[in-house]
Amino acid sequence: MDYVIPRDENLPDLRVNIGSLEIANPVMTASGTFGYAREFENLMNLHRLGAVIVKGISLYPRAGNPPPRIVETACGMLNAIGLQNVGVDRFITEKMPYLHGLNVPVIVNILGDSLAEYEEITVRLAGVPGVSGIEVNISCPNVKKGGVAFGTDPIMAAAVTGAVKKKTDVPVMVKLSPNVSDITVIARAVEDAGADAISLINTLIGMAIDLPTRRPALANIIGGLSGPAIKPVALRMVYQVARVVSVPVIGIGGIESAEDALEFMLAGATAVQIGTANFINPRASEEVVEGIEAYAKAEKLLSIRSIIGGLRLE
Amino acid sequence: MSQYQEIATVARIEKFANKNFRLTLDCPQIAASAKPGQFVMIRTGIGKDPLLRRPFSVHQTSSGGRLQIYFKVVGRGTEILAQVKTDQEISVLGPLGRGFRLNVNAPAILIGGGLGIAPMLFLAKENCRLKRNCANDLVLLGAREKNEVEHLLDDFKRLGLRLLIATDDGSLGHHGLVTEILQSTILPPGCTVYTCGPEAMMAGVSRICQAQDIPCQVSVESVMACGMGACLGCSRPAKDGSYTHVCLNGPVYDAEDLLWTM
Repeated sequence: MDYVIPRDENLPDLRVNIGSLEIANPVMTASGTFGYAREFENLMNLHRLGAVIVKGISLYPRAGNPPPRIVETACGMLNAIGLQNVGVDRFITEKMPYLHGLNVPVIVNILGDSLAEYEEITVRLAGVPGVSGIEVNISCPNVKKGGVAFGTDPIMAAAVTGAVKKKTDVPVMVKLSPNVSDITVIARAVEDAGADAISLINTLIGMAIDLPTRRPALANIIGGLSGPAIKPVALRMVYQVARVVSVPVIGIGGIESAEDALEFMLAGATAVQIGTANFINPRASEEVVEGIEAYAKAEKLLSIRSIIGGLRLE
Repeated sequence: MSQYQEIATVARIEKFANKNFRLTLDCPQIAASAKPGQFVMIRTGIGKDPLLRRPFSVHQTSSGGRLQIYFKVVGRGTEILAQVKTDQEISVLGPLGRGFRLNVNAPAILIGGGLGIAPMLFLAKENCRLKRNCANDLVLLGAREKNEVEHLLDDFKRLGLRLLIATDDGSLGHHGLVTEILQSTILPPGCTVYTCGPEAMMAGVSRICQAQDIPCQVSVESVMACGMGACLGCSRPAKDGSYTHVCLNGPVYDAEDLLWTM
């Protein structure tokens, strides 16, 4: 569907394109950090977002991992939620009507244990009113099978991407795992397989131990590290990937402020996702939009697109 | 349900024995809408470390727009919070979660243990405000020692409620557990029990209530990142085999809906 993107000629143009999807500004909410958006409705203006990316959806509901599921670490946190979600059918009937009512594109993050599951979820989402894009999660570190297995092998990553692409008309974004030796190999593989955009990074695998009890801090023992602690790693990977692919790159990792977001754009990101910061400041993503607008105004940029990849290297 | 992210001003800091603190915050929007048993998420620092907010139950509110939290220094977040100065600004998010469902037609038995006493004062006040007669109501407070609880007694006494204390070392009231008092006290017929405290205490209270067929509401604790249902980090096994999320479905539950492992 087409969204009404109000344009005030006195304000800088913040629009960017993710494949065929035009979004009002380059700020999205990262999957798994924003629920199904409604959780935030009292605390921020949801309509200000470039796009909402909802909690990862599987074919069947998942209960998730036993507690403890989260632990704070230095400048970050580890999580092992285990992809708890309501499943694609309940997502469509219970969550989508509200999301469709927002004047914001909704990108559905999907995950599966097999190619067939990714395909089936995509088929069920086809034609659902309000679904503007799909983000393929091939990078969750917290489930036993699937997920990350697809994200660490370029052939598998390409196969999932191709399978999803075949079953949908909306833009397909593939979310990459940083837990690989060369992320550009995976990035190129999914681009060749038809990805319309590439988002990165998902969490870095980490661990925390509680000394007094001598036990792992998480029931799952290992979990995914997020928050400001991972920003330098994310920035480096976005920079590397943006140099080797021609599709839009979406930067994720420790972004809390407009400054963080703009750094990712200089490194080559067309847009960004706000993740862990949503937990601390429910208005974080809205404030990033406001900050980017203020920056563009102060720098007299006609369009925010002019800073994408604008890192000065000499 | 109204929720706010408010910049609160520290109005008063009370320091008690054993690293217990009470902060009074000027926080008008949250104070006006908070209900007993609900909680707030407080940002203890302004930088990136510690990163996450910390959950605190609402200790009491005033009609003048003030809200109190009561806490003990147990880690880095509370360590920093214990050092705030009067007039300092801190970010408060709330009110969050489902609070106690106060049954004004039933005699109330309020049982607080340790820091779990914090939300019981708010509940006791609301109970006495809504009921004409709280002569049948009872407050049971448990603590390790006299020093942990003494400073809170006046607030409860002022409400005119019957008050019984238990301490682990016998330095005040009954020498032993608050659950022992509960077990040995003849409770008013048709009463409802409301409790908050250490897990083992709540499990004990829940067991006693179940045996006597007394409705029991518990307020449980969990680590959480967001406090508003987005991170799904505060899962807890429920009786039906699913996970419940303390921030959204709780922190107050009917005791029978939870799985008690102790």
